[in-house]
Amino acid sequence: MANLSGPSSTEADAAAMRAFLGALLPPLMGLMLLVGIWHLATMNGGSIPTPGKTWEAAAKLFADPFYRNGPNDQGIGWNILASLQRVAIGFGIAALVGIPAGFILGRFATMASMVNPIISLLRPVSPLAWLPIGLLVFKKADPAATWTIFICSIWPMIMNTAQGVMRVPQDYLNVARVLNLSEWKIVTRILFPSVLPYMLTGIRLSIGTAWLVIVAAEMLTGGVGIGFWVWDEWNNLKVEHIIIAIFVIGIVGLILEQTLLLLARRLHTEA
Amino acid sequence: MEKFVKIENVGMSFDTRKGKFVALRDIDLTIKQGEFVSLIGHSGCGKSTLLNLIAGLTLPSSGVLLCANREIAGPGPERAVVFQNHSLLPWLTCFENVHLAVERVFAANENKAQIKERTTKVLELVGLAHALHKYPGEISGGMKQRVGIARALAMEPKVLLMDEPFGALDALTRARLQDELMKICDATRATTVMVTHDVDEAVLLSDRIVMMTNGPAAAIGEILAVDLPRPRERLTLAHDPQYMDYRSAVIEFLYAKQSHPLAA
Repeated sequence: MANLSGPSSTEADAAAMRAFLGALLPPLMGLMLLVGIWHLATMNGGSIPTPGKTWEAAAKLFADPFYRNGPNDQGIGWNILASLQRVAIGFGIAALVGIPAGFILGRFATMASMVNPIISLLRPVSPLAWLPIGLLVFKKADPAATWTIFICSIWPMIMNTAQGVMRVPQDYLNVARVLNLSEWKIVTRILFPSVLPYMLTGIRLSIGTAWLVIVAAEMLTGGVGIGFWVWDEWNNLKVEHIIIAIFVIGIVGLILEQTLLLLARRLHTEA
Repeated sequence: MEKFVKIENVGMSFDTRKGKFVALRDIDLTIKQGEFVSLIGHSGCGKSTLLNLIAGLTLPSSGVLLCANREIAGPGPERAVVFQNHSLLPWLTCFENVHLAVERVFAANENKAQIKERTTKVLELVGLAHALHKYPGEISGGMKQRVGIARALAMEPKVLLMDEPFGALDALTRARLQDELMKICDATRATTVMVTHDVDEAVLLSDRIVMMTNGPAAAIGEILAVDLPRPRERLTLAHDPQYMDYRSAVIEFLYAKQSHPLAA
């Protein structure tokens, strides 16, 4: 037994190692290629800093991410957190309005045909077009940015939730009819679980949009936030900080998306 | 009760883009309490449509259906349905799937412990005591169909309606579930209507076999009374001349009088 399990377990380990490397190697090579091209393009001088210089700047920046030197000079950590907070508030309100609205549109066809043209009209509007309306109504920069997040991230949640409600399998609804379930049980035991995957897709798309929009909105409204920080560093001509910000924005967006994907996979039930 | 389920002059047509499609016409049928009736016919003959009418999931275009002298105006727990594809809710365990049905029917008169006991008992009846807390995704097709049957039985329905309950199962599992169903029906004396396309299944289980003509505009072709003593035993019946006669009568109807629409 010992003789048999010895070599086979090392073989299994080796196979797992190969699979791990196989999964990790290509993305790593892609990343190295990107940095390589970046280095080749910038090593002869010019306005864009090299990867090395950017790395040094990043190390300095992240050595103390949470300092405060007055309202317009705060660490990058504070800027990220400020942006995330705005996204959370705007997106949170959008979810509170959008998900129930999606349920209503999915359940009542008349409502859907009433509201769908309006949604189609408003959905493609650029976030920046909404910002002046927010400034006008709220008279302050911060709620205006939140409003912009709200209005841009609400559409995917409405549309995906409505789609999910419309696609609840007829079989399940027949079960509900034969069992003569109450409206409450229909919502909690059949509609909600069956719409959940669609809802999560909507939430994921919404968060993505919200994170896209916040940078643009903050560039215009100022204050604290990653978008404002990018604009501020452009005014200071610290180009390496702008590149760092691009990476930071990308990584935060990636983490948000992956977290929701993970959540969706955890909640997925197989028929 | 002689005429427990009464179907009087029922017709069913659907509005389609190409105009009116007549699925069923002139259906007259009465079913006695405790009787086991099979509906058999080629695919597309409207046998599932007829079952849905008895279930109340669809309402007839003409005619009237009665159950225990009351008009069938919609679905209800006194006419439980075992669906073709089991239709269990995948996010609930076997226990919870059945519990949902039991709760709805008995919550008014029984306490929580009694309802739980009912749920467990009916799952034990179909041999699933070991799988109470498994999710539908974790059990086999045969087990899922048993949960579907348990869910229907648990409501103690006046009529048990089954839409090709064993159609999706392999032959061995199907035979075992047929035997179990026979025992359950003998024990509960449930009035049962089953849609099937399996001749042996129809003869083995039924008191009467309703043979339907080909659609569109399908009607009842012949009704065969199966006068075999119960309890029935699959193995002894296999060589029983009377059983063979019934079997060939159904086959005669299906393949000589109503040859398959695709073969015609």
